[in-house]
Amino acid sequence: MTDLVETLIYQRPQSLLPIHTHYCPGCTHGIAHRLVAEVLDELALRPITIGVAPVGCAVFAYNYFNVDFAEAAHGRAPAMATGLKRASPDRIVFTYQGDGDLASIGAAEILHAAGRGENITVIFINNAIYGMTGGQMAPTTLPGQRTTSTPNGRDVELHGMPLKMCEVLSQLDGSAYIVRRSLHDVPNIRRAKKAIRTAFEVQQKALGFSMVELLSSCPTNWGIPPQGALDWIREHMLPAFPLGDYRVHPALAPGDGKSSAD
Amino acid sequence: MTLELLEGNVAFAEAAIRAGCQAYFGYPITPQTEALEHMAKRMPELGRVFLQAESEVAAINMVYGAACAGVRAMTSSSSPGVSLMMEGLSYIAGSEVPAVLVDVMRGGPGLGNIAPSQGDYNQIVKGGGHGDYRPIVLAPATVQELIDFTCLAFDLADKYRCIVIVLTDGNLGQMMEPAEMPPMQPLRAIDQLPEWALSGADGRKPNIISSIYIDPNQEEIFNRKLMAKQAVIEANEIRFREFMLEDADLAVVAFGTAGRIAQSAIRAAREDGIRVGLLRPVSLYPYPYARISELAAQVRGILVVEMNGGQMIEDVRLAVQGRVPVEFYGRMGGVTPLPDEILEAIRQLHAGLAARAG
Repeated sequence: MTDLVETLIYQRPQSLLPIHTHYCPGCTHGIAHRLVAEVLDELALRPITIGVAPVGCAVFAYNYFNVDFAEAAHGRAPAMATGLKRASPDRIVFTYQGDGDLASIGAAEILHAAGRGENITVIFINNAIYGMTGGQMAPTTLPGQRTTSTPNGRDVELHGMPLKMCEVLSQLDGSAYIVRRSLHDVPNIRRAKKAIRTAFEVQQKALGFSMVELLSSCPTNWGIPPQGALDWIREHMLPAFPLGDYRVHPALAPGDGKSSAD
Repeated sequence: MTLELLEGNVAFAEAAIRAGCQAYFGYPITPQTEALEHMAKRMPELGRVFLQAESEVAAINMVYGAACAGVRAMTSSSSPGVSLMMEGLSYIAGSEVPAVLVDVMRGGPGLGNIAPSQGDYNQIVKGGGHGDYRPIVLAPATVQELIDFTCLAFDLADKYRCIVIVLTDGNLGQMMEPAEMPPMQPLRAIDQLPEWALSGADGRKPNIISSIYIDPNQEEIFNRKLMAKQAVIEANEIRFREFMLEDADLAVVAFGTAGRIAQSAIRAAREDGIRVGLLRPVSLYPYPYARISELAAQVRGILVVEMNGGQMIEDVRLAVQGRVPVEFYGRMGGVTPLPDEILEAIRQLHAGLAARAG
C-alpha cells in the first residue's frame, strides 16, 4: 500500500459560515465575501474582528461571516464603525457597503470617517445600480445606463454625473489606503484580495482610513447574464472607474497592495 | 453634602462621567453646547472617548456603535438635532442596546429659536422614530434632578437594554444653581462587558446586533418582546413628585420647568386660600396615569401647564376620563410662563368651578 499524502489546497475560510447566500446567480458579492474572509483567516484576525453591514443587498452579510457583526442604518455604517472602533480600539472593525449606501445616503458619513483618518477598513461594492430595491439609479450609475428610475438611460443633464469615490476620498489627508480593484476576472480577483489584505494591515498598523472599492456585477438588475455582466464591467465600468492606487500611505512597504499583478 | 454652583449643561455632562459614561458623541447646538464642551475637555483627560461628529445623524450612530461594543455611551442635543437622531434612535430601540440621550429642548417648529420649550413632548415621549417602541423619559425640574436623572438614565438603560432620554429645556441647561455631584463610579471592566456585546467572536459564536426581521411574524414576536419589556417598565419605573396635594381640591399637572414654576404659583394661590397642589410627572414614559386617575377622584378640577400648545394634556385626559374638568395654560415658541400667569389660570379654574357649583 502506497503512502498517500493529502494536501489541502482549497477550503471554506473559517471566517465564512457554511450557509448558502441569498445573492443572485452571477453576483460578485459572494467573491467579495470570500476574499474578505480569506484575508481575515490569513491575518488571524477573525477572533477580534467586528463587521458592520449596510442596507442594500449585503444587508444579510452577518449571516455569512463567522465574526461579530452589527447591522447599520442605511449609509451610517462608517459612523457606527467609528463608535465601535473608538470604544474598542484593539479590535478590527470593517464596513461592507454598496454604492447607494456609501456614495449616496451615506456620503457624509464616509467622507468624514475618511477625513478623520478613522482607523477602520471599508469594503466598497460598486455595481453601478441599486440591487435590493430592484435596479434604480445609483450615484455610480454610468451616463446613459438604463435603470428602473432612468428608463431612457441616465441623462446627465437631469441626474448629473456619477460619483467617483476613490478619487474623492483620496484627496483627504486622513485616508491611508484608497484603491480601486475589479472582480470581473481571475487576475483582477487576485489583485483585489491583495488590496483587501493591505487594507486590513493598514488598520492593524493604525495608519488611518482604508478603503478598497470593488467593481462588481449585478446580472439581475442590469438584465445581462452572468458572463456577459463580467464583460460589461470590463467594457463599461473600467473606462469610467479606472483601477488603481489612489492613495497609499508612505509607511507601506513598496509594492504593498499595488495594482501590479502578482 | 457638598453643594457647588453648577450650570445645568455642565452638570449633566459631569454627572454622566461620574456614572461611568465611556463614550460621548455630539454635535454643537444651542442651548446644550456647554455639555459637549465639557465632554471635550474632560473625557480625554480620563482616557475616555469624546468625538465631535459631523452631524447629529452621525453622532447617534456613533453612540449606537459604541453601545454595541458594550460600553456606556451617550449623546446630547437640542430639538432640531434630536429630530435628526430619530432614525438612529429607532435602530437602537430595534436592536435593544442601551443608550442615553439628553434633549435640551428649544422653541420650534423648524429652526425655531434657542429659547426654552417643551414642544417636543409628543416626539420624545411617544417614540419619535419609526416603529413601535417607547424610550424611558425622565423630566428634571432642578439642576440636582438633572444630575440625578442622568445617572439614573444609565442604570435604567443597562437594566432594560433600552433608550433613556432625559428631557429638559434651555432653562435648566443654562441655569446655575447649587447642586451636589455624585461620586465617581468605576468604569465597566473589559471582562464585565455584557454577553451580547460585539468584541470579536473569540471562542464563542458570533454576536449579531441587528434590527432586521425580514419575516413579519418574527418581527411581530420581537415587537411583543418589546411590549412585554415595556409592561415591566410600566410596572416598576413610574416616578412623580407631589406638592401640597394632601388636602387639595384643585390640582396642577406640569412637568420639568413648567412644574417648577407652577409650584411658585401654587404657593401664592394657597395664600389666597385656594386649596391647590401639584403633581409633577418625573417619568413621562412610563406615565403616572394611575396617580392622576386617583387625583381625579379627589379634586374638582385639573389645570395642565406646559411650555407648548398642549401635548401632555392628552395623557392627563386619558387618566381623568372626563370625570373632572381639565383646563390648560401654555406658552409656546420658547416663551417661559411666569408664576403670575399660572396663578391667574389657577384662580380662573377655581372661580369657574365655584360658579359651576353655585
